[in-house]
Amino acid sequence: MASEPNHVLEFPGGYTRSVGPVIGRFLSELRDGRIVGVRTAGGRVLVPPAEYDPDTGEDTTREFVEVGPAGTVTTWAWVPEPRPGHPLDRPFAWALIRPDGADTALLHALDVGDHAEPPRLLKTGLRVRPKWRAERTGGIGDIECFRPEVTMITAPTRLEYRLRGGRALDRFLEGIEQGKIIGHRCDVCGQVIVPMKGLCPKDGVPTTQEVELPDTGTVTTFAVNNLPDPRAPEVPFVSAYILLDGAGLTMLTLVAGLPADQVRMGMRVRAAWRPRAEWTRAMSNIKWFEPLDEPDVPFDDIKDYL
Amino acid sequence: MAERCAVIGVGQTAYRTRRPDVSVPGLLREAAARALEDAGLTWTDIDAVVIGKAPDLFEGMTHPEAYLADALGAAGKPIMRVHTAGSVGGSTALVAASLVRGGVHDRVLTIAYEKQSESNATWALTVNTPFTTSLVVGAGGYFAPHIRAYMRRSGAPDHVGTLVAVKDRENALKNPYAHLKIPGISREMVEATPMLWEPIRYLETCPSSDGACAMVLASESAARRAPRPAAWVHGTAMRSEPIFFAGRDTVSPQGGKDCAADVYRQAGITDPRAELDCAEVYVPFSWYEPMWLENLGFCGEGEGWKLTESGATALTGDIPWNPSGGVLSSNPIGASGMIRFAEAALQVRGMAGEHQVDGARRALGHAYGGGAQFFAMWIVGSDRP
Ligand SMILES: [Zn+2]
Repeated sequence: MASEPNHVLEFPGGYTRSVGPVIGRFLSELRDGRIVGVRTAGGRVLVPPAEYDPDTGEDTTREFVEVGPAGTVTTWAWVPEPRPGHPLDRPFAWALIRPDGADTALLHALDVGDHAEPPRLLKTGLRVRPKWRAERTGGIGDIECFRPEVTMITAPTRLEYRLRGGRALDRFLEGIEQGKIIGHRCDVCGQVIVPMKGLCPKDGVPTTQEVELPDTGTVTTFAVNNLPDPRAPEVPFVSAYILLDGAGLTMLTLVAGLPADQVRMGMRVRAAWRPRAEWTRAMSNIKWFEPLDEPDVPFDDIKDYL
Repeated sequence: MAERCAVIGVGQTAYRTRRPDVSVPGLLREAAARALEDAGLTWTDIDAVVIGKAPDLFEGMTHPEAYLADALGAAGKPIMRVHTAGSVGGSTALVAASLVRGGVHDRVLTIAYEKQSESNATWALTVNTPFTTSLVVGAGGYFAPHIRAYMRRSGAPDHVGTLVAVKDRENALKNPYAHLKIPGISREMVEATPMLWEPIRYLETCPSSDGACAMVLASESAARRAPRPAAWVHGTAMRSEPIFFAGRDTVSPQGGKDCAADVYRQAGITDPRAELDCAEVYVPFSWYEPMWLENLGFCGEGEGWKLTESGATALTGDIPWNPSGGVLSSNPIGASGMIRFAEAALQVRGMAGEHQVDGARRALGHAYGGGAQFFAMWIVGSDRP
């Protein structure tokens, strides 16, 4: 870190500099919010403009050409810790920027947002545009900095609901709140539907006949998930279809309490309930299903529930 | 008796991981303009537009029919949106076809799309409500147990899924629009990738793609004026069934069997393996090829994996499945069904390029969605029915 100065030499008011007809035009156009270059005898457009062609030493044509304002980054250097005299007070890049229509690039500060490290979008070829100061005086600082072009917007999305479970589901969750699993038996097919919906989707009829089911059942089939999920953040976890004893269809739940590679089709399981004090009106009262010390069910007995 | 209907234009974008260079309207216009060019038409020639996309939560976009009407040249014309989860691309095409077959319109533009790079299917498929009574685990977590059930029920050996994963990616190398291009794809490469949702490996799943697919469907009189060969619609069918009910066969859903039977009956097909020349079938996980081979009646129950293993479904086999590379190689979800329908049409038009099945005259396009509960199918042919 630089030490504090113990002596300052400063010319009162600053030196004056005549800018001449070419740089003068460039700065006047900047003050008006435009970037201009000058054409060389060979037809190239120099930005910033110069009175002479650096390649040939000849005078330039004095034909001014408006360029940009958008341009392309041709190279850049990252400034992780801006110094007091720098145009930005957060990390930025010095960039050579070739305005559209120009054959050369000008050096300016490039603000790519608040990043400690160069972000991925910062690369040669990045499209940028100037951020103009509201009050301009005719200096290169009339452009505060360049910024990337707009390529993406975000669309905040939020919907608010007042959800109701409905009669059948409310009744099912009322049971869960009391540690009971309730289903409906269909009058037509005789199957027990759990969780019940108040109808049989197969027969298209309302159902009302309540049946309490045990919290034991059989794994019909399952997946070993190696990608984490909000409800099962640790991997691997097993999601399984479980046929509760007496039910006519399976439910998709978690299976735990044994290594994932030991879960089997036909395995007998029982619900693992949270402590009674934590019970709410939600399916999460059952953490998962755990293996029972019973022999596996033969495949023939579950094959019609897949 | 329905009017005749034909596909006279097909347009696709290349399918890519990200298309940050275009907006959604820009993406759709790319596909639509190519379909119009193929059909030798301009925007003003179109009578109506039918659009499909993935469920709204995927990319938080509702009412595409209103948002995109101007972009699709539909100002002052009928435009409607179709919504059937993953099968939407197929059912969108079928709704468009019904407008022609019903004699309502002569030229209908149908289009489906997805920008998965700006969408979040996993989030959308795992949204819980206070009344959720079942674990919600996304598409892979949902389908993996059913694949396991198929393997157990059919006795299929473990490697069959790998064969499909390789075969479809080999086909993709011949399709300029395909997303996944894996030169030298092999069983070893697939088997070396991790199990995401066992029994599904990483390379046995579909990619996430950006892209759009469009078709121009025409009446007989409009088709006669088309500059290129038409693909005639020989049959169309849709079916659906609830996701959970007692006695449901989730491995081989009745809705799929009924849908296939209906579309075969319309096309006069009794033996699909023998009478069709190729099929573009919605196979987002490799094991769904043998599963759908059985569900669609290309073989008997329990025989699908043997057909796959024999090479019958390869590009060089007697009934090539997914010569384009399929969903396993390109998956802009909302468009994936329509791509199947469009690729079937390209085959019978003789316009499938390097992945053309020699002499293909009749092809099946298939899509499914939800918990394997929405089905859409068509059969297209080079002969006017
Ligand atoms: Zn019933």
